[in-house]
Amino acid sequence: MKYTYYPGCSVKSTANLYQESIDAVVPAMGVELEELDDWNCCGATAYMSVNEMMSFAISARNLAMAEKFHRDVVTPCSACYLVLNKTNRYFNDYPEVRKKLGVALEAGGLSYSGNIRVRHILDVIINDVGLEKITGLASRKLEDLNVAPYYGCQIVRPMYYGFGAGEENEEGFDDPDDPVCMDRLIEATGATCVKYSMKTKCCGSSLIGTEEKQALKLCRGILADAENNGAHCIVTICPLCQMNLDVYQPKVNSLFGTKFDIPVIYFTQLIGLAMGKQPKELGLERLAVKMTRPMKQILQGA
Amino acid sequence: MSERIGVYVCHCGTNIAGRVDIDEVVEFAKGLDAVTLVREYKFMCSDPGQSLIQKDIEDGLINRVVVASCSPLMHEKTFRNVCTRGGLNEYLFTMANIREQCSWVHVDVERTTDKAKGLIEAAVRRTRLQEPLTKREVPINPRTLVIGGGIAGIQAALDLAEAGKKVVLVEKEPSIGGHMAKFDKTFPTLDCSACILTPKMVSVGQHENIELMSWSEVEDIGGYVGNFNVTVRKKTRYVDADLCNGCGACWEKCPGTRVPRKGNVHEKLSIGPTTSIYIPFMQAVPAIPVIDADTCIRFKNGKCGICAEVCERNAINYDMEDELIEFEVGSIIIATGFQTFDPTPIKRYGYGKLDNVLTAIEFEIMNCASGSTGGNIRMADGSEPKSIGIVHCVGSRDKHYHEYCSRVCCMYALKYSHLIKEKIDAEVYEFYIDLRCFGKGYEEFYDRLLGEDVRFVRGKVAEITEVPIEEAEKGKLVVEVEDTLVGKVRRIPLDMVVLCTGLEAHESLADIAGLCSVSIGKDGFIIEKHPKLGPVATTTDGVFIAGACQSPKDIPDTVAQASAASSAVLSMITREKIEIESATASVDEDKCSGCKICNSLCPYLAIKYDEEKGVSVVNEALCKGCGTCAAGCPSNAISAKHFEDRQIFAEIEGILSA
Amino acid sequence: MTFEPKIVGFLCNWCSYTGADLAGTARIKYAPNIRSIRVMCSGRIEPTFIMKALYEGADGVLIAGCHPGDCHYQEGNYKALRRHRLLKRILHEYGVEPERVRLEWVAASEGERFAKIVDEFTDQIRELGPLGIKDSLAEAMKDDIDPHEADKEESGVANEA
Repeated sequence: MKYTYYPGCSVKSTANLYQESIDAVVPAMGVELEELDDWNCCGATAYMSVNEMMSFAISARNLAMAEKFHRDVVTPCSACYLVLNKTNRYFNDYPEVRKKLGVALEAGGLSYSGNIRVRHILDVIINDVGLEKITGLASRKLEDLNVAPYYGCQIVRPMYYGFGAGEENEEGFDDPDDPVCMDRLIEATGATCVKYSMKTKCCGSSLIGTEEKQALKLCRGILADAENNGAHCIVTICPLCQMNLDVYQPKVNSLFGTKFDIPVIYFTQLIGLAMGKQPKELGLERLAVKMTRPMKQILQGA
Repeated sequence: MSERIGVYVCHCGTNIAGRVDIDEVVEFAKGLDAVTLVREYKFMCSDPGQSLIQKDIEDGLINRVVVASCSPLMHEKTFRNVCTRGGLNEYLFTMANIREQCSWVHVDVERTTDKAKGLIEAAVRRTRLQEPLTKREVPINPRTLVIGGGIAGIQAALDLAEAGKKVVLVEKEPSIGGHMAKFDKTFPTLDCSACILTPKMVSVGQHENIELMSWSEVEDIGGYVGNFNVTVRKKTRYVDADLCNGCGACWEKCPGTRVPRKGNVHEKLSIGPTTSIYIPFMQAVPAIPVIDADTCIRFKNGKCGICAEVCERNAINYDMEDELIEFEVGSIIIATGFQTFDPTPIKRYGYGKLDNVLTAIEFEIMNCASGSTGGNIRMADGSEPKSIGIVHCVGSRDKHYHEYCSRVCCMYALKYSHLIKEKIDAEVYEFYIDLRCFGKGYEEFYDRLLGEDVRFVRGKVAEITEVPIEEAEKGKLVVEVEDTLVGKVRRIPLDMVVLCTGLEAHESLADIAGLCSVSIGKDGFIIEKHPKLGPVATTTDGVFIAGACQSPKDIPDTVAQASAASSAVLSMITREKIEIESATASVDEDKCSGCKICNSLCPYLAIKYDEEKGVSVVNEALCKGCGTCAAGCPSNAISAKHFEDRQIFAEIEGILSA
Repeated sequence: MTFEPKIVGFLCNWCSYTGADLAGTARIKYAPNIRSIRVMCSGRIEPTFIMKALYEGADGVLIAGCHPGDCHYQEGNYKALRRHRLLKRILHEYGVEPERVRLEWVAASEGERFAKIVDEFTDQIRELGPLGIKDSLAEAMKDDIDPHEADKEESGVANEA
């Protein structure tokens, strides 16, 4: 299974541990990711709210370049997933947007027909690789590890094309109010999935630079709910969520007087652990909140 | 006799004249073949307008009529009657619809006028070829079928029975009473639901003119107005209704259980006996129990038989089977009522996941004095809540579920507030979008509640969560809502939340509507004959509607509509005869080759093959005039009267000529 | 000047004609190109009606009936569907693009949908251009176009057979 890979800026810098874990696990699943040559920013962050059309144009350049390979585009980042899909949707649904983007692309010697499907790597692993394959690859016993799946707010938004379905699917990735696909994935790795309410609540990452206290308040809610339900760690699929919940956890503690000590890892790291890989191969030693003692003990099978 | 057609062009005030150049149309019509007279008038449907036509016919100026005005669905009958009064066969008349499908939907005056001309020429050409048809009448069976035994069906059945007419009331549950039998109090007067309903239920059970078929379902309906053939499935009760005297010994001793014995207060919510042999509530009519075969120990493993042992009248019969009963009626009243919206799909509200989030109907049962909590308001763990939130418009006024307003929720929510205050004096929050208190005494009731210390928060609830942020929220349900009057998002910790689930069409309604050939609207409810002027009739003659099968309704409106439906039936029965479709199909026996293709095309089995003559014959009493046989006949032997090929061809020529 | 196609609509009385009336009551505007003929049921519509309409100068024909399962006469719309499919198969033999004849389900509550269909269909026919094959059609259809006319001419022959 070969895909065009759109990494996005995060995994190439702050979230390079995400990239390392992806590299470590996907070959065993038979997934081949060929990075799109000369890709650029997806158009997320400030672009989208300040100048939407500019954001679409930037985004569309990636789609136009990917089109010639006639393969699905896969991205590990929820923000890229959202923006690329939004661009696709607007390009296909609004003739005036299509026209403007056509002009912009032409200036760069490109054209786009609107036929590229953009998918999240979680979608590919769950629907193309399949949970049975994951279970087959799992060798380490993880049943004592309580994992809280954190979907974040972007991947579940219903207005974009969902996985495993064509343009008709308005439902999106999973049930927007109560997604369960990562729950199933956690169970497939052999770990125990923690049920909690905040799995799709915003982590506040887009506010962290401007309204830090509000952002930290949002982090606190997620961390508290996961902790109250007995989670050893939180598993996420988005570099922005991971950074916010991980790097800012000490700040949450000092601001609200809490004592959270919950590692926040990527779902590919969890899969890697299940496959028996060493934490170091998966970039786990570079987490801000280090793996806790109980977690290490479970990993060592003690 | 040569055709002399009179064309009458209606202005309909400015409705037509505003878009169609009437003078031009009149001049055009004058030039058409066989047209001897053209008149225009402001309102053709008015008395003077009708008299114009009648007089022209009586004076012998015309012998065919075309009226260019509104839709035939609106006034065809009016003008047909004019023809009859003037002494002209009503089938020598045609309407050209230059309003609904012309002046109201187009903008350009020139093109709209052109289209009006085309429609008039089509009508004129067709009218030339029309033939007089004789009216047909059939006798009306004075018996009526009422489907559904809630308050609507009960009221309709009683009205008819009191007038001395026979009624068959079919109810699919073991007892009549419907939703109203589950309620404790009714808004806004707070009179006891059982106290006002029970006497009516008893009258139904005892009335000599009402044949009550409870625990029964309508399986098939055939025939036509005045003469419907009905098949009802009487589901087996495993109790012989003729022997049982409703003493209750069986359900007192039954060891089986329909309602879980374990679980929290909310899981065990119920009214009436919870055993496997049961009556749904103590005032049930008929008071004859039913065995729930899914939970009965006898049916599971054959090891019980206690009910049969304790029954002194030997009424229990485990070998009983469903019975199919066929009978005839002249008219039908559909009164299938509603079901409440299931809020499970709205995951944000946590119904089914969070204890102490209840639906309105569950809260209603909890308040019912004969319910499992004895009318006490309790949390899942059995304790008394200190604060309760009431969330309006759950599943109603919501594009994802039902766009319409369910009309009753605001008022029952206010009723709950009052009951809560009266019973436990807990803190009450009402989360509403708009308060719609439109009925008699409703606004006054709202005003009264404002003085009872109920908190009203205007805003649609975003989420109900058990995850606390502040200390005060621990162990509570937190309702997150934007208070649109304050302009702030609020988080309100509460002990219990009641979801005001909307009303939706009953799941069985689509089937019943199909059996009666009436249409269902996109909201799931039955489409009435006319939204304003025909609210109890349907597009099928002889089929009427009452209550929430048409749209959500409160009890006063339901009772009013039920009485209206029964009086519509009465006025039909009193006529004793009814006119039926004259425009049937007929076979030209000289042309018929006896291929029998039409026999199988007819949905009403109205065409039979006559072995002796070797041709197919139409039974005109059964034919409804759809014309599919005429379209399918390979030798053009069947013609659909009033829609003959040559008439339609003339219409096509006319419509394309101008 | 842009080409304004002539479109004939055949609407069933119970659903589609009522739906078209509803568009009127709600004052929804649509293209005036369509002129409709009311029949009791879409099952009444014979393929010859459509051929006749095309022969008389229609550039497109819209047939509308109740949604499947909603037919006032139980199943007339299914028959309309079958006849429509058969007709589409032979239309091109007469040199008529099959897209010129369209079958749609319009319920009594779907006034807005009716207007939308008419507008869309009008645009589609406008793009196809005038039918303009009246002569060849006339030749091909001379025996079928009016069965009653044909009957008159052939009555003598029919008796012999």
